[in-house]
Amino acid sequence: MTKPTRFPLSMRLFHWGMAALMLAMLTAGLLMVKSLEPWQLNVLNLHKAFGLLALLLVSLRLVNRLRQQLPALPDSLPAIQKAIARASHYLLYGLMFAMPLSGYAMQYFAGRPVEVFGWFRLPAALEVNIGLYSLFREMHGILALALVALIMLHIAGALHHHVIRKDKVLKSML
Amino acid sequence: MMQPNTLMLPALLTLLLSAGSAAAKTPPKVSAQQFVDLQQGNSLFAGFRRAHAKGLCVSGEFRSNGELAPYSSASLFKAGVTPFVGRLSIAGNNPTAPDLKAPVRSLALSFSLSRTEQWRLAMNTPPVMAVADPHTFYQQIQAIQAGPEAIQQFFAAHPESSEFRTWAAQYKPSGSFAGETYHSINAFYLINSDGQQQAVRWALMPTVTADTMAFDGDNALQQEISARIAEGPVVFNWVFTLADASDDENNATKAWPASRRQVNAGQIVLTGTAAQLESNCHGINFDPLVLPSGIKATADPILRARSAAYAESYRRRAKEQFQGALEESSHD
Ligand code: HEM
Ligand code: HEM
Ligand code: HEM
Repeated sequence: MTKPTRFPLSMRLFHWGMAALMLAMLTAGLLMVKSLEPWQLNVLNLHKAFGLLALLLVSLRLVNRLRQQLPALPDSLPAIQKAIARASHYLLYGLMFAMPLSGYAMQYFAGRPVEVFGWFRLPAALEVNIGLYSLFREMHGILALALVALIMLHIAGALHHHVIRKDKVLKSML
Repeated sequence: MMQPNTLMLPALLTLLLSAGSAAAKTPPKVSAQQFVDLQQGNSLFAGFRRAHAKGLCVSGEFRSNGELAPYSSASLFKAGVTPFVGRLSIAGNNPTAPDLKAPVRSLALSFSLSRTEQWRLAMNTPPVMAVADPHTFYQQIQAIQAGPEAIQQFFAAHPESSEFRTWAAQYKPSGSFAGETYHSINAFYLINSDGQQQAVRWALMPTVTADTMAFDGDNALQQEISARIAEGPVVFNWVFTLADASDDENNATKAWPASRRQVNAGQIVLTGTAAQLESNCHGINFDPLVLPSGIKATADPILRARSAAYAESYRRRAKEQFQGALEESSHD
């Protein structure tokens, strides 16, 4: 069977929908931790709810990916670059899981139930554990920066393929 | 079209100047990090709160009489008893500061109602703020740190501080934490089971007076309250003031008229004390925006600024404590 030249529609929808969501989450996170403005509380609540939505989406996305035929990278690409490309995608998935999980864990150990769009609340510890809160709080902050760096590399890679190598990699996701 | 003429120039200038002076009145925006840096000051007390650093843990229960239940669906307002963890503190960044020198005394409460319902409250002795927004509050703290002259100048430039100054002029510190009144200062909305909303402020009203101080030294208040609670429970009435349509719930510098309806929701009863580092209140962030169903935040700019600042202070001290704990265990 020949490999497809394009990502299936479901994967493209997940990719661009979640790309927008993750960039919005990162921006909201970085702005809200600095802000003393009245909107801070609203953005914080939306951040938590959409972050949990992202966790649900990335789980569905992973399941979907495992059931799809992926387009092959160009044959002209050295094996090592292919390996790096693959590893970077695994890392992106890892971080898309680690961000919401660390976010929820920090709230859990700080004893702060998370309200999801006013529909329901997720449980928190009855007794605060400041040590575990700190662990996950710092993790959330550090992993966020790692994710920003990786996304920039990822975009640079896509543009490199399109503009310099002039291959079909970017088109395969459009 | 109008021709540009010489008469327009002065008009333009006045416009520019008035825009300039309006800008001078709007304080520069500060971030949560800058705010906490200022509170922290030049001497760092690692592992302690950046504000209200000195305090002790208390435990106790809220005995609700059910009077507030028609206004809020929060479970603790049904008639019954709900335990809490609390913290009595004094304002300031220094965990060893002399108790009797602090201008503000505080009580914070944490109700762990269920896995999905938590309520944190942090209350102070003044009934109102001197200023209405966090950026002006930053300037007030700068003035306090600069000394008595700077704060006089600050108050003169901020007429909105008049109710606060009137309170401060007549306030006599009690001889005990048990004799103070602790105010929410900021307003909140109570939401009942029909979804109706009522703006409120509340105060914990003392049931005892303590005119003289039985202890002295840096820990006078802590010693006094520990001795008092060892003798028997300390009781406050939890009194809610209900706003009228004409009251502004988003301005913490203005008290509502004394004629507003008040509801006594029951009694806050303190039954135990413990040193803060040896008990469970130290690890809690008493962020007043952690609310159960049945209570909502108003848009008061002071209230809305608190969550991010408390989180920044909590993050810093938690990290210091976590690293300290790691270092200790690596020495074992
Ligand atoms: C897609 C997932 C997520 C991303 C990309 C993300 C990103 C961020 C970023 C960039 C920050 C600022 C960190 C810093 O400056 O140190 C932040 C803060 C925060 N995030 Fe998330 N987040 C995500 C999910 C979540 C979830 C699911 C929750 C909770 C349920 C959460 C809760 C928080 C909280 C409470 C803060 C503020 C912490 C503080 O003020 O100390 N996040 N997030
Ligand atoms: C906005 C700029 C972005 C561009 C131009 C872009 C482009 C691409 C391209 C061309 C591919 C296919 C690579 C290949 O076939 O090897 C791809 C795959 C992928 N991208 Fe992006 N991307 C962007 C943003 C993001 C963001 C923000 C994330 C996640 C945080 C992300 C996560 C992924 C993942 C996980 C894959 C692997 C395929 C999959 O499982 O969906 N991308 N991207
Ligand atoms: C913009 C306004 C305010 C800011 C930025 C602010 C900031 C802070 C910070 C950073 C802490 C330390 C939090 C921690 O590490 O756990 C704190 C504690 C506290 N604040 Fe505020 N505060 C503000 C207004 C108020 C008001 C209006 C009240 C009273 C009604 C208040 C009462 C308290 C109390 C009682 C504590 C100590 C709580 C405890 O025992 O842990 N604060 N504040």
